[in-house]
Amino acid sequence: MTVNNRPGVLNRITGLFTKRHYNIESITVGHTEVEGISRMTFVVNVEDERTAEQIIKQLNKQIDVLKVSDITDQAIVARELALVKVSVTPALRQEIYTLIEPFRASVVDVSKDSLVIQVTGESEKVEALIELLRPYGIKEVARTGTTAFTRGSQKTAAMHKTAFII
Amino acid sequence: MSRMKVEEKTFEKTKMSGALMLIEALKSENVEVIFGYPGGAVLPLYDKLYQSGVFHVLTRHEQGAIHAAEGYARISGKPGVVIATSGPGATNIVTGLTDAMMDSLPLVVFTGQVATSVIGSDAFQEADVLGITMPITKYNYQVRDISELPKIIKEAFHIATTGRPGPVLIDIPKNITTAEGEFDYEQEVHLPGYQPTTQPNHLQIRRLVEAVSQSKKPVILAGAGVLHANASNELRQYAEQQNIPVVHTLLGLGGFPADHPLFLGMAGMHGTYTANMALYECDLLINIGARFDDRVTGNLKYFAPKATVAHIDIDPAEIGKNVPTKIPIVSDAKAALQELIHQQGKPADTTAWLDQLNEWKRRFPLYYEDDAQTIKPQKLIEMIYELTNGDAIITTDVGQHQMWAAQYYKFNKPHRWVTSGGLGTMGFGLPAAIGAQLADRNATVVSIVGDGGFQMTFQELAVIQELRLPIKVVIINNQALGMVRQWQELFYEKRYSHSLIPNQPDFVKLAEAYNMPGFRAKTEAEAMEVLKKAFAIDGPVLLDFHVKADENVYPMVAPGKGLHEMVGVKACEELSQ
Repeated sequence: MTVNNRPGVLNRITGLFTKRHYNIESITVGHTEVEGISRMTFVVNVEDERTAEQIIKQLNKQIDVLKVSDITDQAIVARELALVKVSVTPALRQEIYTLIEPFRASVVDVSKDSLVIQVTGESEKVEALIELLRPYGIKEVARTGTTAFTRGSQKTAAMHKTAFII
Repeated sequence: MSRMKVEEKTFEKTKMSGALMLIEALKSENVEVIFGYPGGAVLPLYDKLYQSGVFHVLTRHEQGAIHAAEGYARISGKPGVVIATSGPGATNIVTGLTDAMMDSLPLVVFTGQVATSVIGSDAFQEADVLGITMPITKYNYQVRDISELPKIIKEAFHIATTGRPGPVLIDIPKNITTAEGEFDYEQEVHLPGYQPTTQPNHLQIRRLVEAVSQSKKPVILAGAGVLHANASNELRQYAEQQNIPVVHTLLGLGGFPADHPLFLGMAGMHGTYTANMALYECDLLINIGARFDDRVTGNLKYFAPKATVAHIDIDPAEIGKNVPTKIPIVSDAKAALQELIHQQGKPADTTAWLDQLNEWKRRFPLYYEDDAQTIKPQKLIEMIYELTNGDAIITTDVGQHQMWAAQYYKFNKPHRWVTSGGLGTMGFGLPAAIGAQLADRNATVVSIVGDGGFQMTFQELAVIQELRLPIKVVIINNQALGMVRQWQELFYEKRYSHSLIPNQPDFVKLAEAYNMPGFRAKTEAEAMEVLKKAFAIDGPVLLDFHVKADENVYPMVAPGKGLHEMVGVKACEELSQ
């Protein structure tokens, strides 16, 4: 979804979700290539097609909303970033490096008793890595929520249980 | 001539204060009247208003100001303009904003705000008005820089009055009203995210024409969208051309003449038997400018179960929101109806259907048992109807008196009915009458209110008196919060928890305090007498009618029931005569 980058717009949109009783799974906001216009990506759990349609209509009604697309059933690139701080003694560091390697995650901070790991990818991938790291003792997790795009080519449609509204 | 033009041009570019800009902008918008209440944060604004020549009505409470503006908007079709100060002034208009939002009334509301330098510091009379009013306005602004002010006011009027109308609020910090800037009001409004669709899609129109031609039992449900679009004539033409009967929502009343043979009455919780059964039995339901409110549909499970639904609405979000819709037409009601008339589709064969409906109309009319020893509120409304030739502007609050007015005052003309529909606001009717009268100075305005709601905003009698507005204030006094009492009787085993008010004050004496004639009546004969007296007086009158206290509104669709499950319906042969 693209919106005018004006004071209060995020409040307006999240307020709308609250008012209409829709639950937001995740939300990301950032600038677009056009000055004054921001992109918001929502992941929303909906019960049926009608609710999804109603959310889109209500969003479209907002004066600051420029364009809304439901990309749930489209081929998309969806990414989330997570930072995970794990308790790790120096002896175990190598084990962690091996563990995160297939995830293409990286270590972005090291101290004597902890590591901060950065992972990007779809939610499921982030989830999987966090589960693998859990036994080592997770001190903190910070996640961004999903941001997404439709793919340049729409040959295959991806199937998701949750609705992405971008 | 050319020299004068040059001079005008230079004047336009002159620097002026924010307060003066606001007044100049209101003049450019041809605003006839402002309803407002001064206070600290709007002092610079009121100072400029002082000798501006702009007509300002000082209500006695900000809620009165905004309801008056709603009444003005409803009757004139133009935006109602309100000024309130920051903090409590602004929070006092919250009910009216919500009311206008629910009932799609165009308002432009200005609120004062503390200076930008102290916003966020919990300053004196500071409130987060932008945050508070975000969900209850069509749009709202806080002016952050003087240079934005003309553009914002221009956009506000545009947004309030186009598409689906609604309230727009502009929060103006005090220092913005004193800051100087260039006033350029001639710029185009440019809102890429706001482009209402007003012309119907031709494919969908053709689908509707086709559906009508094949239907046997079509019905039109006409809402206030018809009135907002000034499409009463088109609605009538279309219904007559296609032989389709019409039912109204509460807010739609007057859009189609009540004495027309194709009119079936109001639908919904207290709708007529025929209107509700028509919605239940129809095979094609054409909704024009109504939003399928729950008070209209009853339990959705049983709503129009056999019908193909077509919905014409300017707001796409209303289509399919409550009722699955086969033929969606996003459009202004007038444009869609004109197109439908123009198509001259094959009319539905509704002979058998109309026979059936007429039979229902004859057998199951609205009824009440007359009792001359008391005043039956239904009878009272009928008397008002007769004495005003069905021509008056009627304003109401919410509740029993509202339903009786809707049932028994037969609106044959559009823009005569001012009521709080969606929000159901007590205290709406009296201040709304002020706005309605100012919008139509020659109209007879009758404000029908209950004894409960009247006491929520009766301070506005001062305005009625001051401006000598010839409003007739009719209090349907049953010494109770009648609709609450009715529900307690029907659904809470007559436990009348805090709904009976046997010691109401002497409203006739109150009229005296406000220097206007006041009359009381307790029987039907007295009622007729004081009504005649009141309508003969060219000025405000307050009338206190002690009506039969335990009278209920029927028919009624109980909550959770379908429209076909009305109670309080009797066949005419069963009625005691």
